[in-house]
Amino acid sequence: MEIYLPIAEVSLDVFVLLALGGGVGFLSGVFGVGGGFLLTPFLIFIGVPPAVAVASSANQLVGASVSGVLAHWRRGNVDFKMGGVLLVGGFLGSLLGVWLFGILRRLGQVELVINLSYVLLLGTLGALMLVEGTRTLLRRRRLGVPRRKLHQHTWVHGLPLKMRFRRSKLYISALLPLGLGFLIGILSAIMGIGGGFVMVPAMIYLLGMPTMVVPGTSLFQIIFVAATVTVLQAINNRTVDAVLALVLLIGGVLGAQIGTRMGSRLRGDQLRIMLAVLVLAVAIKLAVDMTATPEQLYSAAVVL
Amino acid sequence: MLAALVALSAGGARGEPLVADLTSHLIGITGAFTGTSVVLFGATDGPGDVVVVVRGPEHDVAVRRKRRVAGVWVNTKEEVFVGVPSFYSIASSRPLDAITTPDVLGFHELGLDYLRLKLARGTLREEDTPFRNALIESQQREGAFGETVGKVDFLGDRLFRTTLAFPSNVSIGTYLVQVFLIRNKGVVSGQTTPLVISKIGVDAEIADFADHRAAIYGLVAVATAMVAGWLASVPFRNA
Repeated sequence: MEIYLPIAEVSLDVFVLLALGGGVGFLSGVFGVGGGFLLTPFLIFIGVPPAVAVASSANQLVGASVSGVLAHWRRGNVDFKMGGVLLVGGFLGSLLGVWLFGILRRLGQVELVINLSYVLLLGTLGALMLVEGTRTLLRRRRLGVPRRKLHQHTWVHGLPLKMRFRRSKLYISALLPLGLGFLIGILSAIMGIGGGFVMVPAMIYLLGMPTMVVPGTSLFQIIFVAATVTVLQAINNRTVDAVLALVLLIGGVLGAQIGTRMGSRLRGDQLRIMLAVLVLAVAIKLAVDMTATPEQLYSAAVVL
Repeated sequence: MLAALVALSAGGARGEPLVADLTSHLIGITGAFTGTSVVLFGATDGPGDVVVVVRGPEHDVAVRRKRRVAGVWVNTKEEVFVGVPSFYSIASSRPLDAITTPDVLGFHELGLDYLRLKLARGTLREEDTPFRNALIESQQREGAFGETVGKVDFLGDRLFRTTLAFPSNVSIGTYLVQVFLIRNKGVVSGQTTPLVISKIGVDAEIADFADHRAAIYGLVAVATAMVAGWLASVPFRNA
């Protein structure tokens, strides 16, 4: 059944869109990642213009994230305080990121920087998570229940502005989540994504948050990032296709609910290995694309 | 239009070698704009060939060449072309090389081969040709440069008309429509008519309102997504 998308100006099969939305929503529910890094390329692949794909993905992310956050919230798995601090950092970072984006575009290197940061970031994170997850899994097999030190004292605990995050069972400097949000804000602006797939591993490994509160808190933060992007795109580029977003959303919100339930049934280390494989797959795909001979050796861009 | 043509024809008879006008001097771009076309019509005072050139407002364009660096394709060389027309199309009553000489084509920049493109750092050298070709090809892919020479149709031997087509991604600004009358391989008369392409459209207030609606549209889209997200989670609440 074909449906006409007024802004994208294409007709697409409604069931393909529902399935796509459902699949991405499922992932966001399980892992707490927005899934923008998968949804956007898929939409472009099935014929949606890239600008419309980016903007409409952001719109559908808002709904999928709300649905996911509500489900996690009911299980008491959202640290709103942590999310709020991350958000402040993220907002400041995205301001810097937008400025950097402008400079890179003038230099003609924005495409390269986007691709390189994806490959480096996803490759490193994916590999680390895969190694760590596999090691934990093997240890569990061998020794039964793994025993990890509850608290390790390092230099980061000497930082000022200590804050208590009850849900995350952490007493750390507010500068840590603030700085993390800031860095991810920069990346979000440059890479055009919600940043969940960077945020999730960073929350687990850098902040030391319990795996169970990570997806909900990450999604809480993504709601605001995606909402800002949607409104800015609608104003600046008029590329938000509400019909497309709504169809993706119907699939997405259901997928997110199922995903959340599935996620809470899986063990933390299994979750991490699956996310690691997904992240690595995207990194490898991008790395292959970067080394393949391009169709056009020359490119032209208007100098602003 | 017929009345206008008759009037133009009379004008031509009074001694003006070339008279031409457009059916519209303003193209308004609205949200539903999918490209448009404008008819140019006119009259000559006798036999001859007519060439019509449309040039968009000028801008600077950077052309970059990719090269493999450590296995990865990177933009390594950049040339900036200044004063490149953002739109260029040409139409002629007969093939250009049949009606005039390369010197005339070059002087009046008739045809993409004769378009004068200047580099920011100086004159175009022999080794810059690939960059020039890449610029023209990329503009053609985007529909900004015409791929072929259009047709100017004569109705009788004095009245002529042609259709100027503009794609949906056309740049806004003031366009120049140049009409040349060519006889015995030389330009005997020319006329330039401006054509304004504007986002404001026929009514500035309509566009202004649409801009305001864009913000509201974005907010509504976000609100709808949030409500849909909440609604979808309701059936799962007690599960």
